[in-house]
Amino acid sequence: MTRAASPSLTAGRATIPARTLRTDRWWQAPLITAVLLTLWVAYATVRVFTQRAYFVERYHYLSPFTSPCVTASCPSAARDLGTWLPHFPPFLPFGVLFLPFLLGFRVTCYYYRRAYYRAFWQSPPACAVAEPHGKYSGETRFPLIIQNLHRYFFGAAVLLSLVNTWDAIRAFQGKTGGIGLGLGTLIMVANVVLLWAYTVSCHSCRHIVGGRLRSFSRHPIRYRAWTFVSKLNAKHMQLAWTTLATLLITDGYIALVSAGVFGDLRIYN
Amino acid sequence: MAQGHFRVWRGNAEGGDLVDYDVEVNEGEVVLDVIHRLQATQAGDLAVRWNCKAGKCGSCSAEINGRPRLMCMTRMSVFAPGETVTVTPMRTFPVMKDLVTDVSYNYAKAQEVPAFAPPPGLAPGEYRMAQEDVARSQEFRKCIECFLCQNVCHVIRDHEENKQAYSGPRFLMRIAELDMHPLDSLDRKRSAQDDHGLGYCNITKCCTEVCPEGIKITDNGLIPLKERVVDRKFDPLGVLKQKLTRR
Repeated sequence: MTRAASPSLTAGRATIPARTLRTDRWWQAPLITAVLLTLWVAYATVRVFTQRAYFVERYHYLSPFTSPCVTASCPSAARDLGTWLPHFPPFLPFGVLFLPFLLGFRVTCYYYRRAYYRAFWQSPPACAVAEPHGKYSGETRFPLIIQNLHRYFFGAAVLLSLVNTWDAIRAFQGKTGGIGLGLGTLIMVANVVLLWAYTVSCHSCRHIVGGRLRSFSRHPIRYRAWTFVSKLNAKHMQLAWTTLATLLITDGYIALVSAGVFGDLRIYN
Repeated sequence: MAQGHFRVWRGNAEGGDLVDYDVEVNEGEVVLDVIHRLQATQAGDLAVRWNCKAGKCGSCSAEINGRPRLMCMTRMSVFAPGETVTVTPMRTFPVMKDLVTDVSYNYAKAQEVPAFAPPPGLAPGEYRMAQEDVARSQEFRKCIECFLCQNVCHVIRDHEENKQAYSGPRFLMRIAELDMHPLDSLDRKRSAQDDHGLGYCNITKCCTEVCPEGIKITDNGLIPLKERVVDRKFDPLGVLKQKLTRR
């Protein structure tokens, strides 16, 4: 191949009018992504705004959509972190205090960015399939330049994961007091373990623990931490989807038990 | 021996079209074998760039059934019997003739990346590095410069006007490689954003999907580079630390 002295910036491309010549079902993945994300957001919105059946006092099951519960509108038993704020008007969900941080963590997540840029913004819908936009500036301008603050949302997600961990510990409450174990406890523990895995596997976390270093050999502990996070990071996409499912399952189970649709399946006490 | 139905783009910068061919296909062959047979038996003037036939020179990049691939690494057995195989040149670059494109955009962008800069006073032969310090960069050294990642990147594939400002995944990965190098003395983070257009990348991972070497371009190159740029440009705490330590 000959080496050119200057870039050729004129088009002169092969004249192929078709948007893509791909023969596989390239539209399937973005379609499934769009449907699943839309359904999840719709479910979460309904649950957050209805503000019903989010707490099972007997076993101390608190929905992750409502945790931490720090307003006077929450049942007093759910307010483990205290009462920071007075009663909220009915139209204002408690979740408005903390969910924006969780939402921000997911919206700025490198995996979700790929998912919704493809599924919703069609930029591009799939590899080698032309996008419908006339211009493209990527993440160089407002508002998308805010994506660069993902690490701050990661910090908030760590704090909220600590709160979720506390909720899971509290879910070991027995029906007669003391320690107990029910299906709800197991669901909450599984949810929080996976939430931690998703949070720790974050690309910003990988950078913070060691990715920004130039020399690993001078920082052996951080190198080991980076190696661990890198292994988890390879599963970030799977964890992103799994935790959406476990959040939904956890909240749904608590809602059904709280509403009395069925009782909690108790294993011990 | 069987007959395969091929549609090959024939033409040049002035224009062209897909042309149909029926051509012999044998067991174990790759697309490049069939293109060569076509050249030998029916289309002597068909232009195709190739060299090693082993997936190591990066010359035979093209689009096969719309997917950017190396012709020499695409087995005919991946297609269903009777399936039409459409072969076109890479769409992002100007076409020269038939399947051959002018990839000089990439060479120009390569020249804009400053070379490895060892610390002053350290001569070649005196470099000492631990394996764990260079392991990250070594993944990027597998690149064969087939430019499939450049071709598939929608930033320039769908927006010719971005070619000036955006260097593409191959060269952003090169910058990441050098910025992670334990002995490189240049700070390449601001330049990655300001001069090479890292901000245009919206990490949709097509570069990773098409890489014939299986390099995790996005996860191991572009995203870590984005995070390093955040340290320098967008993170208020990072910027403050940088000012206090004068780094």
